[in-house]
Amino acid sequence: MDKSPHEWMTPTFVPILQVRPESSDTFSIELESEHFPSPGQFNMLYVFGVGEVPISVSRAKASRYIHTIRSVGAVTQALRKLKTGDLVGVRGPFGRGWPIEKAKGRDLLILAGGIGLAPLRPILDEAARNIEQFKNVTLLYGARKPSDCLFKEDWENWERAGINILATVDATETNWNRSVGVVTKLIPKVKFDPANAISFVCGPEIMMLFCVEALNNQGMEEHNIYLSMERNMKCAVGYCGHCQFGVDFICKQGPVFPYPALKSRLKVREI
Amino acid sequence: MIKTIQQEVKDHPFFKEMPADVTDLIAGCGKNLRFNAGEHIAKQGTPADQFYLVREGTIAIKLHVPGRGAVFIQTAEPGEIVGWSWLFPPYQWMFDVDAQTDVALIALDGLCLRNKCDADPKLGYDLMKRFSQVLAERIGHTRLQLLDVYG
Repeated sequence: MDKSPHEWMTPTFVPILQVRPESSDTFSIELESEHFPSPGQFNMLYVFGVGEVPISVSRAKASRYIHTIRSVGAVTQALRKLKTGDLVGVRGPFGRGWPIEKAKGRDLLILAGGIGLAPLRPILDEAARNIEQFKNVTLLYGARKPSDCLFKEDWENWERAGINILATVDATETNWNRSVGVVTKLIPKVKFDPANAISFVCGPEIMMLFCVEALNNQGMEEHNIYLSMERNMKCAVGYCGHCQFGVDFICKQGPVFPYPALKSRLKVREI
Repeated sequence: MIKTIQQEVKDHPFFKEMPADVTDLIAGCGKNLRFNAGEHIAKQGTPADQFYLVREGTIAIKLHVPGRGAVFIQTAEPGEIVGWSWLFPPYQWMFDVDAQTDVALIALDGLCLRNKCDADPKLGYDLMKRFSQVLAERIGHTRLQLLDVYG
């Protein structure tokens, strides 16, 4: 951090360059930025007079980045009402992202559930751009129904680059030529070298726990599994304690953690 | 290389580590089947007189919901099995089973197998344990789906 804490607490107002619907309740906004966040980092987005929410970066380009947001609360619903040219307060980027350097030269399994694909999209973009730096790259994605699957327009590009995509939905009444069932069921279908593989997982916590178990069953060592955690982040600089998870602040030490760092605490119901 | 039904049954993960003489006995109740994408394999409410080992392709398991039509609730792929209704009265399919892609299956005759299990309770117990494991896994998956975690 090259700024003082109070500077990190002050939002910069930037105009929305583009708004894009992603599904019935999810949308993306593109913002101008002087920062270049690492994959897995997040920003605090502020809607004037409403409030602030932590939102991961779902794509970063030169001088601009995209946030993908699910409209579920007061602030995200207010964000959804904004249009191109409206101003959004931004603080960040914050937190520790995915250890992508550790994935190079290895099999990379990316597991995402629902909107958990958003913070992993920069990793998929990076893998697609530099596929030769990795061994086999696989995306395992679970969603509620086909129309909830995010970034489908990117899937073709990723697949063309050599990324293997296995997707599943909980149920569907429409044509769908991929799997139906839970995302953990896809894990045994992936061939990877457990001794030289790494996994990045993001989704609902219960899904991540089942994924860890299924990855373990396929020989993936726990220290090679990274999870992105979500908690009630407020200050985003490790002062307020709202996102405290045992000895860690999710906003500062996370949101991405190696599984062994979380393992004992994930089993404590009270935290 | 074309594999015999005996070899297909022996190599299928569902029968993992089962002695070859037993898988040969089971294979005696089997036959090869192929379906084109979109074809019906079994229909909800009709007699369930066999179950399937998936060799190639993807099978869609659907539940017919009045007023909504067929709700697609699960896929089964190579290495998996489909159907346990043949094990329990009233021996009727509880779901529709369709070929999502072109599929190759081994169909095992339920009545033939039940008779062999009745004659050899050890085989019956072994098969029951294997089916129970599949059922337990599917119940676990269904519970996760019921949680609607992505909602």
